[in-house]
Amino acid sequence: MTSYIIRRLGQFVLVFFAATLMIYAMVFAIPGDPIRALAGDKPMPDSLRQTLTQQFHLDEPFLVQYWYYITGVIQGDLGTSFNNREVTEIISERFPRTLRLAIYAFIIEVIIGVSAGIWAGIRKDKFFDSLVKVSTVAVISVPIFVLGFMAQLIIGVRLGWLPVTAGNPPSLYGYLLPAIVLASVSLAYVARLTRSSLVENLRSDYVRTAKSKGLTQRRVIGVHTFRNSLIPVVTFLAIDLGALMGGAIVTETIFNIPGIGRAVYEAVLAQEGNVVVGIVTVLVIIYAVANLVVDVMYAVLDPRIRYD
Amino acid sequence: MTDITSKPPTEAVLAPDVATPEVVPAGVPPKQGKPASLWSDAWKELRRKPTFVISAVIIIVMVVMAAVPTLFTSVDPRECSLLNALQPPSAEHWFGFDLQGCDYYSRTIHGARNSVAIGLVVTFFASLIAVTLGSLAGYKGGWIDSSLARLADIFFAIPLILAGIVLLNALGSKSVWTVSAVLIVFGWPTMLRLMRSSVLSVRELDYVDAARALGASDWRIITRHILPNGITPVVVYATITVGVVISAEATLSFLNVGLQLPAISWGLMISVAQNRILEAPHLLFFPGLFLSITVFSFILMGDALRDALDPKLR
Amino acid sequence: MTKVTPLDTAYDPHRPETAVLLEVRDLEVEFRMRSGTVKASNMVSYHVDKGETLAIVGESGSGKTVSAQAIMGIIDSPPGFVTGGEILFRGKDILQMEEKERREIRGDRISMIFQDALTALNPVFSVGWQIAEMFRKHRGMSKSDGYKRAIELMDLVKIPSASERVNAYPHEFSGGMRQRVMIAMALALDPDVLIADEPTTALDVTVQAQIMELLAELQQQTGMGLILITHDLGVVAEVADRVSVMYAAEVVENADIEELFVRPYHPYTEGLMRSLVRPDHKGGRLSPIKGSPPDLLAIPSGCPFHPRCDYAQDICRTDDPPLRVIEEGRTSACHFAEVFSDE
Repeated sequence: MTSYIIRRLGQFVLVFFAATLMIYAMVFAIPGDPIRALAGDKPMPDSLRQTLTQQFHLDEPFLVQYWYYITGVIQGDLGTSFNNREVTEIISERFPRTLRLAIYAFIIEVIIGVSAGIWAGIRKDKFFDSLVKVSTVAVISVPIFVLGFMAQLIIGVRLGWLPVTAGNPPSLYGYLLPAIVLASVSLAYVARLTRSSLVENLRSDYVRTAKSKGLTQRRVIGVHTFRNSLIPVVTFLAIDLGALMGGAIVTETIFNIPGIGRAVYEAVLAQEGNVVVGIVTVLVIIYAVANLVVDVMYAVLDPRIRYD
Repeated sequence: MTDITSKPPTEAVLAPDVATPEVVPAGVPPKQGKPASLWSDAWKELRRKPTFVISAVIIIVMVVMAAVPTLFTSVDPRECSLLNALQPPSAEHWFGFDLQGCDYYSRTIHGARNSVAIGLVVTFFASLIAVTLGSLAGYKGGWIDSSLARLADIFFAIPLILAGIVLLNALGSKSVWTVSAVLIVFGWPTMLRLMRSSVLSVRELDYVDAARALGASDWRIITRHILPNGITPVVVYATITVGVVISAEATLSFLNVGLQLPAISWGLMISVAQNRILEAPHLLFFPGLFLSITVFSFILMGDALRDALDPKLR
Repeated sequence: MTKVTPLDTAYDPHRPETAVLLEVRDLEVEFRMRSGTVKASNMVSYHVDKGETLAIVGESGSGKTVSAQAIMGIIDSPPGFVTGGEILFRGKDILQMEEKERREIRGDRISMIFQDALTALNPVFSVGWQIAEMFRKHRGMSKSDGYKRAIELMDLVKIPSASERVNAYPHEFSGGMRQRVMIAMALALDPDVLIADEPTTALDVTVQAQIMELLAELQQQTGMGLILITHDLGVVAEVADRVSVMYAAEVVENADIEELFVRPYHPYTEGLMRSLVRPDHKGGRLSPIKGSPPDLLAIPSGCPFHPRCDYAQDICRTDDPPLRVIEEGRTSACHFAEVFSDE
């Protein structure tokens, strides 16, 4: 197990460097003039240009530039934005909002997704099962920005049930609609995954054994089927928590929530290279940690897994 | 990554074991070999399946719409008059007019082309890369396998939409081709994993051993024995991917980093209209409906294919 | 031993210990599928007494497992439905019982072991947990008492160092040891009837013998009735007291074991015996039954065995022979039971 975790950490380091290098290259290497990219459309005095050239080691080869950047990152220095704000400060200001949104979405997704999946799986081929099957495909099919606008228009404006935007400062109530929208697609996947996993396990030999042991239907499903069925669902959920964090770009844009998703989007459009790379770096770390958690959870849930 | 585009739907639903290739459950027997008549059996079943028929009809309509939009409308989508701006749907103009006073029905019809083209092109090339590299990784194993797995990991670590935003913004030019290229570059890793695990399960089957024992070359084993049997999950996933890609293109266009005016695209139409949705909801509704229905039919078809091809998952 | 126990004695509380323990009467089971309805059990009748071993023999697809699943109440429904007949346990029809009452019998008074213990045991719980569950759920024991009993049972079925292995998972055992775990679990509550569905098919030949020996030994100790479902007439010869032969969802012959091997009353039984490898058979050719077992969706008209039967006459193609008494304790579903067996 220990050697397995060490190997996974090794892979994580590799992915971390490669992914940040890729983003760094996309942000700084591809456009002709990185200083122009940094400055955006604003005019730039020569003195500043020189300072910036030195600050970002632009007179050095690209890989050396990246090396300077990444050593800074490791020391907790993500650089500064064009108007001289620490990127770490921007992240720590924006991040909690996205985290909150993601956690609400996650709770909605787990509660509704898992219960809908279980209910559909137990009543396979009955009306509710068909309803879940069709409605989940429908939800997955509507792009999230369309879904977001629809929710705003119908639930927020026409029906007036929930606030259209999160408000300032954002309230729990205000977060509800964006959280539902953010959760919707994941919720559909969770429901489908739970259902198919449950259906498959309900047909397995050990469930037949559990029945023949004279256990109640409740125990046969709740204990003997459920734990096995949860293995793929938990895997998905753990990766998805990381994914929700990174995936708030569209939701935050539509619902006007100043979180990390909107920050990165605005930074891209404003060509704030340092902010973009900094946020993506944080997201890559979250993703990698979520993956590691999944692997460990696998071992806890399924004793057949061997790490060697 | 809650946007549909970065969420590999079937990676989890179709092949739960794919997500963690390192982890091998002990004592689980390899999948059974599939009978030769798999596809003909599947076809017999599919023909009678309403979800398949419905999705096939919608897909055909959408493809025809993309190829020959003038079959559906004779109005020029670029002939606009500001006098008509934001007019709601009427008997003459079913979908109303947009901000610039262009006929919205005509624009919606013409919007099919970019979506369908990008969906098909991206899926084709991403599948091609995934099937080639996936067979190689699954069949050869060793360092080829592990380096391809690491490469896929790197692409996985960055959410598709985020990567798309950054790369397209850096590229500057935002045409059908650059959008397609970006989606291909970030779209193949999921399918690679799927293909790899599928090849791994087929590779262990007895008849592959038999072919090897009879002295068949690697090339022959891959093309004759492994691909025909291992490609099924990829075909299913590729069908779904068309829908996913269409959705991703729309999202990128909506975020202003995909197709740009004067291109006609459903995502772009909603993007342009986003501040006027309250007063003119038809601007959101029609392109959103076409977009969703197209994505819906590809995903529904993938679902139907999977049910027919893999009876175990029914 | 006659086939039928009169109903009025079945309810007699003072009835002797030797009375019929479990009796299946005219059981009908259907599987309703898209491709058609399959009758997987057609007027199947058999019984097992205390301390006795009944072997149910047939090829795969003959429906020999279905009646056992009906007894346990574990037929997948849909598509499977019990459409007729009775299953009398100590004289009471368990098909008519409330689910709660059935559940108290299931696993407690009648238990079952399956062919493949690897898939039949839950992979995510330790074997001790799975055995202890019987005590905890049926007897209300505490977790630690349940584990103690689990260790005792693992000792009983001769799993070495049981107290150490009680926390191991099924995949950490060998095939034979896993089947022993399965047996320990089934015997946990000292059932009256044990149904063993091909208990040794998935095992190596040497291990097969050990498991059969263990089952026979445990049966001696506990006096339970054993229903052994198998396709292997060789195993039957060694352990069974009586045999029911099944073909195409029907019982075609019932007999005591000695009598059966002396003189089978059904051509199918004879065919099965001819295809046995025997030590006294040296040099001669094996003669398997020609043709293959029928698809249950398309059972031949008349006697279902007629296309494969050497003795088939015109009547066999049109009339399905009922199961009838040939002599004391012997029944057969062949028009020519007496005639062909004289040859």
